[in-house]
Amino acid sequence: MKLKPFQKRITKIENITKATCTLLANEIGYEELALVDGRLAQVVKIKGPEITLQVFAGAEGISNYAEVVFLGQAPSLVVGEKLAGRFLDAYGRPVDGGPNIEGSETETGSTSVNPVRRRRPNIPIFTGIAGIDLNNTLVAGQKIPFFADPDQPYNEVMATVALRANADKIILGGMGLTHDDYLFFKEEFRRAGALNKIIAFINTSENPPVERLLIPDSALTAAEYFAVNHKENVLVLLTDMTLYADALAIVANRMDQIPSKDSMPGSLYSDLARIYEKAVQFKDGGSITIIAVTTLSQGDITHAIPDNTGYITEGQLFLRKDPETGKVIIDPFRSLSRLKQLVIGKKTRQDHPQVMNAAIRLYADAAEARTKMENGFDLTDYDLRTLQFARAYNQQLLSIDVNLPMEAILDTVWQLFGQFFHKEEVSVKDELVNLYWKD
Amino acid sequence: MTTTGIIKGIIANLVLIEPNGPVRQNEICYLSTGAENEKLIAEVIKISGNTVFAQVFDSTRGIQCGTEVVFSGSMLEVYLGPGLLSKNYDGLQNDLDKLEGLFLQRGKQAYPLNDTQLWQFEPLAQPGAILSAGDWLGKVPEHGLQHIIMVPFNWHQRLTLQWVAPPGHYTIQETIAILTDHNGKEHPLNMVRKWPVKLPMRAYRQKLRPQKLLETGIRIMDTLHPMLEGGTGFIPGPFGCGKTVLQQSIAKQADADVVVVAACGERANELVDIFAEFPELVDPRTGNKLIERTVIIGNTSNMPVSAREASVYTAMTICEYYRNMGLRVLLLADSTSRWAQALREMSNRLEDLPGPDAYPVDLPAVIANFYARAGMVELNNGKTGSITFIGTVSPAGGNFKEPVTEATKKATRCFYALSQRRADSKRYPAIDPIESYSKYTEYPEFAASMAHIAGNRWLQQVQQLKNYLLKGKEAADQINILGDDGVSIDFHLHFWRAELIDFVLLQQDAFDTVDQLTPLNRQQFMTGLCLYICNQSFMFDNFVETRSFFKKIINALRQMNYTQFKSDAFNSYANEVNQLINLHLALQNN
Ligand SMILES: Nc1ncnc2c1ncn2[C@@H]1O[C@H](COP(=O)(O)OP(=O)(O)OP(=O)(O)O)[C@@H](O)[C@H]1O
Ligand SMILES: [Mg+2]
Repeated sequence: MKLKPFQKRITKIENITKATCTLLANEIGYEELALVDGRLAQVVKIKGPEITLQVFAGAEGISNYAEVVFLGQAPSLVVGEKLAGRFLDAYGRPVDGGPNIEGSETETGSTSVNPVRRRRPNIPIFTGIAGIDLNNTLVAGQKIPFFADPDQPYNEVMATVALRANADKIILGGMGLTHDDYLFFKEEFRRAGALNKIIAFINTSENPPVERLLIPDSALTAAEYFAVNHKENVLVLLTDMTLYADALAIVANRMDQIPSKDSMPGSLYSDLARIYEKAVQFKDGGSITIIAVTTLSQGDITHAIPDNTGYITEGQLFLRKDPETGKVIIDPFRSLSRLKQLVIGKKTRQDHPQVMNAAIRLYADAAEARTKMENGFDLTDYDLRTLQFARAYNQQLLSIDVNLPMEAILDTVWQLFGQFFHKEEVSVKDELVNLYWKD
Repeated sequence: MTTTGIIKGIIANLVLIEPNGPVRQNEICYLSTGAENEKLIAEVIKISGNTVFAQVFDSTRGIQCGTEVVFSGSMLEVYLGPGLLSKNYDGLQNDLDKLEGLFLQRGKQAYPLNDTQLWQFEPLAQPGAILSAGDWLGKVPEHGLQHIIMVPFNWHQRLTLQWVAPPGHYTIQETIAILTDHNGKEHPLNMVRKWPVKLPMRAYRQKLRPQKLLETGIRIMDTLHPMLEGGTGFIPGPFGCGKTVLQQSIAKQADADVVVVAACGERANELVDIFAEFPELVDPRTGNKLIERTVIIGNTSNMPVSAREASVYTAMTICEYYRNMGLRVLLLADSTSRWAQALREMSNRLEDLPGPDAYPVDLPAVIANFYARAGMVELNNGKTGSITFIGTVSPAGGNFKEPVTEATKKATRCFYALSQRRADSKRYPAIDPIESYSKYTEYPEFAASMAHIAGNRWLQQVQQLKNYLLKGKEAADQINILGDDGVSIDFHLHFWRAELIDFVLLQQDAFDTVDQLTPLNRQQFMTGLCLYICNQSFMFDNFVETRSFFKKIINALRQMNYTQFKSDAFNSYANEVNQLINLHLALQNN
């Protein structure tokens, strides 16, 4: 952050809380940045001459006679082609030992895209993971989170998706990332030879939590630069948005806001929507796709964070461990990609929608058979076959370690149909059965 | 003299202003940011001593204390006139297509109408006529319908029509009539009207009870839980259960003259769906493109939160304007919970005493007053017009015991409860047939109107369907507890009759070009067929046989749903159904 001339300096702080401080000053702009004892802070409230600042690194150890310097501008990021391949902190400062970024300074948190300038998303993103490509096909310009319990390998799956997605740029926004996971991402990207298209904004669990609030805006400002100025397809990874929301709650609490459900601020929906709605497909090419992680506590999706997220995003991907095969799978019941309708059977083979639905129906029959079995009821021959099918389906398709091209995924499903069922049990349109059925 | 003021405080979108003169509640004021052409619009929401609290319909970034504010003297108003149809507006009625750039820019406005386009005017009133607010002066064709030019809605006195323009082409700014008041003062009128969105437009004779079915082509609505022209209803449901898909189906298919879609705090991509589809799709009743009867008000979730509230009022005002032309208007708002949340954010900043879940205490009243603006009216000239209003509600955690759902339930007459369980098992539309209701089924006017349209037995048949569904649910509960073998075969029969009605009548694929829209006569046909099957006294040896019989029949009936009504394919599936029935009856009677 460069110092500019005519900056206002104040040397008396009236009031200090854990994350905010209040002082008297004039001619200060709303959302303007300041340095409090060298720590970055932002104006969050002005009442007469009383200015309240949110101190991103926390106010620990700040004296009421500390120096406060107002910077006369809102948060910004230097963007330019040189961003590619760089690892930065929440403030956009390099943490990879490289030089400062050259480029133009851009305010973060820009206004929204005019909806009439958007194009309807219609380009599928293939990941090789059949649980995604078959049942929850992703589309460029989509926003979708993984819903996962903390012990699931969500960061690993996300890294895999990112590397296979064929994006021009991958922007990682790490919030409260463990240092191990940070190193994991770095190593994965290096091994894949993809470092030159990565840009990472990292806040690890060792950094102050409120700093996380800067990460999505920085990541998305960089994304807009590449998507708009260079018409690139940008994939933004945000992990973990639950920790982001927790940081929002900390600040709201310090500002004495009345909390709503689960101690979250009443504005949580708008705060999250502002971030996720940056996902876009522009008319003349260029897109931003957001894949996020929302960790759950004990699978509870009615908690305010996943609940508000679900109301904003275009579906969700549920990770679940299949007890029988021990594999982590993409749960076909609770996962949903709302944009898949725009591409399946159109940009993928014509049998895709029917094959997808038929397999899930049979998988649901298997779930019923399992309940019957657990309740001690007798199983029919059909029940037994659905159970065998489900096992193979889990192993050969839903498991996250599967890597298959789209056609091979569809062929595998047909092969499983032929192995376990009669044609009429599958109930797919005759014309497709005639084309693809495998005995 | 205009009142001005000075900003004394800023908390997100709320600004505190010290005025130098009189200020009205809900008055609009303008903040100058210093940047060229940048004027932020704000609305007064509270006056306390010498402090005015205003919500800014835009980002307040960079605004300082001491900034000058100019009060406009009027409330938030919209422009009404020919050319509203097929427009895409934001919540403050800015024409989105006219705004430049990829990104919305702060403080930029775009006039909602077109001042230079010519309209073919035809007078409807004769000079010498005594007229009052809302009376018809003339008409211009707007897409498929007659757009009526009316006497301004806020004129309290009777006026005499002194001159009306002869038939011809005029712009909306040209004078098309001159009225004189009782003092002899002349009032020239053009085709543009203005109306403050927060005030209901009441230039009609009286409100009437709804009586006629609003056909949507959605079976579970039209048959089981009908919405009426001029009725109110809401669709609550957890995320992903199909609120938006259902509303968009209604927007496409409902038998209305004008449809206003208010996207309130939801996804921009869902608006883009409408932008992409509506110009292509044809309204089956008029042959016009759907977009030609539609007005879109879009305040998506990333647009300024304070303008969310404005967006639903803007939409309602446009509806009231078209209703006064004697048209049947349909308003769809997705999602009214986002609007309530915007109110909550603001009341929080105002440090008002919070009600349940931190919503403002007067939330139920605000919701009730808003829904009350819908309805069927008799105009001054005896003709009728209607606004049907269906809003979605997004309850936190999918739990209907929360303030917005509860308040909306009291304010509306139809309840379309989306169930997570039905959505999970892909039984779309996921409207719970038993929880949901339409209070209109109890209206004698509706019964009479329905008997006229669908015959005397129709409502009895619908009641039969409901009884079968109830019995089926009870049977399902018993089977779940006692197991397939633990109950008598009758339970299975009850269960499968309800499944048949569910799969064939209630479930409907919104994305299948045939199944998505079922006209009432086809609904009657299928209802008759389903009841015919349910009324048979089938006998089965065991539950496996029951299941396989009904599965076969359901499959054939569903094929009928996917084929053109009474086409060869349709008839051959119908034959298949009959054969299955007759075969079984023959076997069991041997
Ligand atoms: N009638 C239907 N036919 C087929 N699929 C449907 C139908 N209704 C909903 N769906 C499926 O459910 C998904 C979610 O529906 P929708 O977007 O309408 O949910 P919603 O209730 O509006 O969710 P939110 O509250 O998050 O906006 C759709 O993308 C579609 O896949
Ligand atoms: Mg929706």
